[in-house]
Amino acid sequence: MAVDEIPKSVEYPLGTGMRYESPESIEGAVALLANSGAARILAGGTDLLVQLRAGMIEPELLVDIKSIQEARQITSENGGYRVGAAVSGAELGEHAALKQTWPGVVEAVELIGSTQIQGRASLGGNLCNASPAADGVPALIAAAALCTIAGPEGQREVAVEEICTGPGQTSLGKGEFVVSFFFHERAPRSGDAYLRFIPRTEMDIAVVGAGVNLSLDESGVCSAARVALGAVAPKAMLVPEAGAALVGTRLDDADLQAMAAAASAACEPIDDKRGTVEYRVKVAGVLARRACAIAFGRARNN
Amino acid sequence: MSKSKLHVATTINGDSVEFLCEPQQTLLDVLRDELHLTGSKEGCASGDCGACSVTFDGRLVCACLVLAVESNGHKVETIEGMADGENLHPLQEKFLEHSALQCGICTPGILVAAKALLDIDPDPTETRVRYWLAGNLCRCTGYDKIVRAVLDAAAEMRAN
Amino acid sequence: MATSTKSVSESNDYKWVGTSQVRPDGVDKVTGRASFGADLYAPNMLVGKILRSPHPHARIVSMDISKAEALSGVKAVVNKDDICDLPSEMVPAGEMMVNYRDITRNVMAREKALYEGHAVAAVAAISESIARKALSLIDVEYEVFPHVIDVVDAMKPDAPLLHEDLITAGVEPAPEKPSNIAKRMEFSQGDCQAGFAAADVIVEREFTTKPVHQGYIEPHACLANVAEDGKAELWCTTQGHFIARGHCAKLLGMDISKLRVTASEIGGGFGGKTVVYLEPVALALSRKAGQPVKMVMTREEVFRASGPTSGAHMRIKMGATKDGRITAADALLHYQAGAFPGSPVQLGCMCAFAPYDLENVRTVGYDVVVNRPKVAAYRAPGAPIAEYAAECVVDELAKKIGIDPLEMRLQNAAKEGTQTVYGPKFGPVGLVETLEAAREHPHYRAPLGKNQGRGIASGFWFNIGGESCATLNLSEDGTAHLVVGTPDIGGSRASLCQMAAEELGIDLDKVHPIIGDTASLGYTFLTGGSRATFATGMAVVEAARDVIDKMRERVAKTWDIPVDAVVWEQGFARPASSNAGAFEPMSIAEIAAMANKTGGPLVGNAAINAQGAGPSFGTHIVDVEVDTETGQVKILRYTAIQDAGKAVHPSFVEGQMQGGAVQGIGWALNEEYVYGEDGKLQNAGFLDYRIPVCSDVPMIDTVIVEVPNPTHPYGVRGVGETPIIPPMAAITSAIEQAIGIRFNELPMSPPKVLAAIEASNSAVADAAE
Repeated sequence: MAVDEIPKSVEYPLGTGMRYESPESIEGAVALLANSGAARILAGGTDLLVQLRAGMIEPELLVDIKSIQEARQITSENGGYRVGAAVSGAELGEHAALKQTWPGVVEAVELIGSTQIQGRASLGGNLCNASPAADGVPALIAAAALCTIAGPEGQREVAVEEICTGPGQTSLGKGEFVVSFFFHERAPRSGDAYLRFIPRTEMDIAVVGAGVNLSLDESGVCSAARVALGAVAPKAMLVPEAGAALVGTRLDDADLQAMAAAASAACEPIDDKRGTVEYRVKVAGVLARRACAIAFGRARNN
Repeated sequence: MSKSKLHVATTINGDSVEFLCEPQQTLLDVLRDELHLTGSKEGCASGDCGACSVTFDGRLVCACLVLAVESNGHKVETIEGMADGENLHPLQEKFLEHSALQCGICTPGILVAAKALLDIDPDPTETRVRYWLAGNLCRCTGYDKIVRAVLDAAAEMRAN
Repeated sequence: MATSTKSVSESNDYKWVGTSQVRPDGVDKVTGRASFGADLYAPNMLVGKILRSPHPHARIVSMDISKAEALSGVKAVVNKDDICDLPSEMVPAGEMMVNYRDITRNVMAREKALYEGHAVAAVAAISESIARKALSLIDVEYEVFPHVIDVVDAMKPDAPLLHEDLITAGVEPAPEKPSNIAKRMEFSQGDCQAGFAAADVIVEREFTTKPVHQGYIEPHACLANVAEDGKAELWCTTQGHFIARGHCAKLLGMDISKLRVTASEIGGGFGGKTVVYLEPVALALSRKAGQPVKMVMTREEVFRASGPTSGAHMRIKMGATKDGRITAADALLHYQAGAFPGSPVQLGCMCAFAPYDLENVRTVGYDVVVNRPKVAAYRAPGAPIAEYAAECVVDELAKKIGIDPLEMRLQNAAKEGTQTVYGPKFGPVGLVETLEAAREHPHYRAPLGKNQGRGIASGFWFNIGGESCATLNLSEDGTAHLVVGTPDIGGSRASLCQMAAEELGIDLDKVHPIIGDTASLGYTFLTGGSRATFATGMAVVEAARDVIDKMRERVAKTWDIPVDAVVWEQGFARPASSNAGAFEPMSIAEIAAMANKTGGPLVGNAAINAQGAGPSFGTHIVDVEVDTETGQVKILRYTAIQDAGKAVHPSFVEGQMQGGAVQGIGWALNEEYVYGEDGKLQNAGFLDYRIPVCSDVPMIDTVIVEVPNPTHPYGVRGVGETPIIPPMAAITSAIEQAIGIRFNELPMSPPKVLAAIEASNSAVADAAE
């Protein structure tokens, strides 16, 4: 039986007659997305290919954004950094200046999966896959990163914490995709850190993730703080009360405890094969406190 | 439904290679089933075990998580390219010397991964080796002799 | 840790045996050239895929395969109608017995689907995508029943019943009604009641463990090719191709000799590849389609449908005098067998207290079916969890009495002459030597910090012998082909060649091994039970001695002297003394070159049923650190000590110890099957079935002690299985020392550890008020 005699009813396991395109410009990508039905953006592919193989998604079109320059570069901009959405974790880790300025963001991304996953996985993919346990997202939120989104109406900028709306769900409209992230200029005496809890030392999905970003004034008092948690709610979330518990303090043990308590209180986790409600609530506070101590140390050194 | 295959021109272990593939076929599928380079193994097809490790433009990746079509215009290196003619790479020699394999199924992936490490860090610590190789599962050895072999190979390569 | 092996026997009298040589298959394995189960492709090959039950417990009411058969590109569809229905017949498969009636039903469901993932049909098609489409076109009507997956629940009188005809064996009088309890067994000696009465201290504990998977990185895979005259070839990844041949022939109703099975290189087995899953199905598909059929399991299928080992509920009671002498030991073991009877609970009963020289022992075991995949052997099947429980109780007893746990073990240690509860008395064994080596080891005295603790535990496994054949074929140039029948899982080819080279007195690189297929060698039992180096080793030695005798005869003929006057020394035939004559010694090469002229080809043969396998004892020391805020346990340091009898290839022996220890670490800390209320497996992948990764463990230091096994020409004991036994109890004891909490269940994962720490803290706080 020749290949071209296969009847139309045959479904391919990884997408029904899926197309693959690799546009070289933002406009090209937007045009492709506008003219297709169900489409998916391909950056690193470390989540996408697993879902394709499992039959969880069946896109008509895969748009590979790795040939789009803006999605692949790291540039300085207005004293801050613009990081392409499809830059891999390994590349982020090799960017000395970014690592120096935003060690928490870089260490978060570097925790995603194995070295092999790092070779491909991207901040954009990690965010838009919208797993509540994604490692990159709490650090991005703590860093107050902005997303630049391209779509049929043009480009827009959105705070990162507004992208994920629930497990596997984002606020992106039809035909939109994240092109890059913007990290603002760093105030002096600032530091960020990300910690996650996993049962092994590597290779697990975060049971809890905590990202902390803070700044100190000249006298060493905390002038600003953002605390974000992952894997303890339907999406990664900023915990304003936890940040507020640090502002105006010298981050003594009592302050950290108050912050940890606020972090634990904000959790709305589930019981699943990776952790129980009780466990996540407890460990969220522990990790927030530990991440805060690291961020504090980094802030004092800057 | 699209019945047409994609034409891919890539470089594998230094050789120019062309093949036809469907969009959803992974690089691992094509390496094994079309090109008969069966040294890269499928242990999980989901990026959790590292048995399919190859390098992509010098970067360590899981071939099961790269679409074959993505390799168009890029360079892929597999375990089959590690030895130089009849000369084994020092890592391969050291794995044999240290008995760093038992069943051998994870060995190609671990060798590719270890080489990728030594290419960027010729003098890694034990801890760095262990975390670098965390994505390569081995069920037989308990990792001890693997780590020793990698450290010993690094030392030998530095000496030469 | 830079230390590695320290062998207790200082001198090695041999040239090859006792040295760590590069393995003959090594180059193929480090270059990717070696062919494993999924690495073979055949012209005209089809892809086979299995349809699996989505229900944990259901009657298969009807099945319509017609739409699947009609799909273009589909060449065959099979179900139970294509596999023989077999009556009850027990056969050995490794260290466990299997029942053909159950094997056929496990390979392809007949009346019922008994676990989620149970095979109910299969297709062969020209591509994977068409095969998958075909599966979706098979209509199966199920009558779904309530399911039961917990061993305690399954024993309750109102539990859902898996097999309507299962009457508990081993109970007098036999029960009238069927249940999920397949069998009860009991071993005993002495008088436990008196023993407990004589005890000053008694500890009684209940333990719970979860099923864990062998975790081999290579999924099951095979390529079957059946010709129109019924002759069949099978390539498969297996620990025993002769066993696979027997099972497949039986299930397909074919003569055994019509099926030739070749063992591929095997990517891990640990007992899990001693049974068949895909192979009979692939053969049935190939027979129907008239084309080769390749089948490879996905990782998910491996977890959903291939045997883990039993989880269990156990109760251990032990008593001792205040001086530390154990006076009585009692074990009650309930093991889950999965969907069909045949857990290794009997082996658990036999091994639980085997490290101890006891007068009064009783072990009772129950084999219980549940709606989970049928269990398969996993490295010392049945023993790890039984011994884990017993070792925990020994540790607790020792601490209650105030004796060092190692000293307590020494005081009660099994030795030569110890009467086992399962019958024989031990010959020479090395438990005491491993305990003494542990006591001497610097690890035992190293300082510990806050939240750190140390634990020790011992382990025992019998090891087996069994049928092995070996052929040593001398080529015309005097080099040798060694043909053996035990697939090489961990380097046995090297050890076997080393023994052959030692016997022949030639260089190791003149001996070339192959694992012969089932047509090329006499029946050889599988690789398992730590028997390859022992039993096939014995056969290799016998084959070598056979060919040496034949060479001596040829030389005697050439020199025209009696054969007794010719001796074999270091690769040469020599006159036994100057009286025999002044003949120049003849090398193998010279003798082989003249073989045709002196009588014909030179071949050494052996076909044995090796007896006298020597048990191997081990003792492990582990240090842990507990993060009391998260419950995470870190392994700081690990030392494994084991009696190998004689380490033919010391590096490979170390490798077995290290690999087994790390599997045990996973079993202790993170590995478990997680099921939902719906009876479906939630962690069917390496992401959430958490085996240790490289960064989880430190170097595993090893010490090999050698108390030779007198029945083996080189004193060899099997070593592969014992190392998985001590880790779980050693880690439990280490955690207890670190944080003062003793766990009675596995795995001791962070949420459980943290919950216990919090409960203990609030208990302390309550007490303080």
